[in-house]
Amino acid sequence: MNALLLLRIAEVFALLSAFSFGGVNALLPEVHRQVVEINGWMSDATFSDIFAVSNAAPGPNIIMISLIGWQLSGLAGLVVATLAAMTPSCLITFTVTRLLKRHSGSRAIKLFKEGLVPVALGLILASGVAMMRTADTNTLLVAFSLATAAFVAFSARNPLWAFGAVTGLAVVAQHFGMM
Amino acid sequence: MLQAGFTLSPSFMHTEAPLSAAGRVITNRELFLGFLKIGLLGFGGIAPWARHVIVEERKWLTDAEFASMVGLGQVLPGPSTMNASVMIGDRFKGVPGVLMCLSGQLAVPLLVVTGLWLLYGHYALVPEVKAAVMGGAAGAAGLVMGTAIKMARKIQPAPLALLVGAAIFAAIGLLRWPLVPVVLLAVPLSIIAAVLEKRA
Repeated sequence: MNALLLLRIAEVFALLSAFSFGGVNALLPEVHRQVVEINGWMSDATFSDIFAVSNAAPGPNIIMISLIGWQLSGLAGLVVATLAAMTPSCLITFTVTRLLKRHSGSRAIKLFKEGLVPVALGLILASGVAMMRTADTNTLLVAFSLATAAFVAFSARNPLWAFGAVTGLAVVAQHFGMM
Repeated sequence: MLQAGFTLSPSFMHTEAPLSAAGRVITNRELFLGFLKIGLLGFGGIAPWARHVIVEERKWLTDAEFASMVGLGQVLPGPSTMNASVMIGDRFKGVPGVLMCLSGQLAVPLLVVTGLWLLYGHYALVPEVKAAVMGGAAGAAGLVMGTAIKMARKIQPAPLALLVGAAIFAAIGLLRWPLVPVVLLAVPLSIIAAVLEKRA
């Protein structure tokens, strides 16, 4: 176990965390620059593989950073990278939330929170379209995305039904040479 | 003691935690288990699953409260849903609640992702595996879009709010403008819209 390496991992990801507006996916180019170009920790191909695998796994996108830590220094690397990537942003959020709560009765804070609602809706929809653009490499996959969206939007059932169905259908489509 | 008023006006006293949207007290155990499920389901990111479990299934928050937290999470550094989970933990159980929400959402995914990474070398070239991963990614994209549409249906934004949401979607999703300047510009405009429509 290399203490200096762990320290450097902590430094890189803690700094990124404090400035990670827009979450992990928005930060992807900068993570790539740090991990592949500046520190030379892994090849381009390994970085792409880590991105694909962490997107195939369930959970917050931050697990990509955890996997980079794992690849660099095993369990210790995973723990250090994960905590470094989470702690600054969570502490900032916690502090801001507490400050806002202290003034939660004021009209200004209520209007601020009201104003954030449409911002969140627009951004979530936009990130769905961005994901479609990356994921849907053929017409069938576009149809899968739209069908899943309709199911989730207009049914109260667990979205896992739609998610499981399109995953299964993709395997069937592959079998008949339609992918 | 159940006091229904606390759901509407979050308490000024830190000793009494607010109740859930369904008027219940939320325990640390429930926070951990709820977020364990969110992490376990969270294919393609956890935002749609967080809404499903928190709003639809367990009724901890209303759609509008959840959207407001994700919106605030968006303008702060860090993943927006993880930021929202910090707010949710703090709202119901303070610092221990925050730790429950964070550890709950990461516990299973960290095990799964390292397991997948170890297996990946062996199975990446099997066509069925590749097809399943592609199908899953297409489903995840649909999931995220469907969640936004459903939230909009439930919240029924006022006309100007709808306009602001549509403009942000067009700027980021269609024109692919950079996120940070768009959000920095959109938040004040959205607040002005809220003032004009007297939403508070």
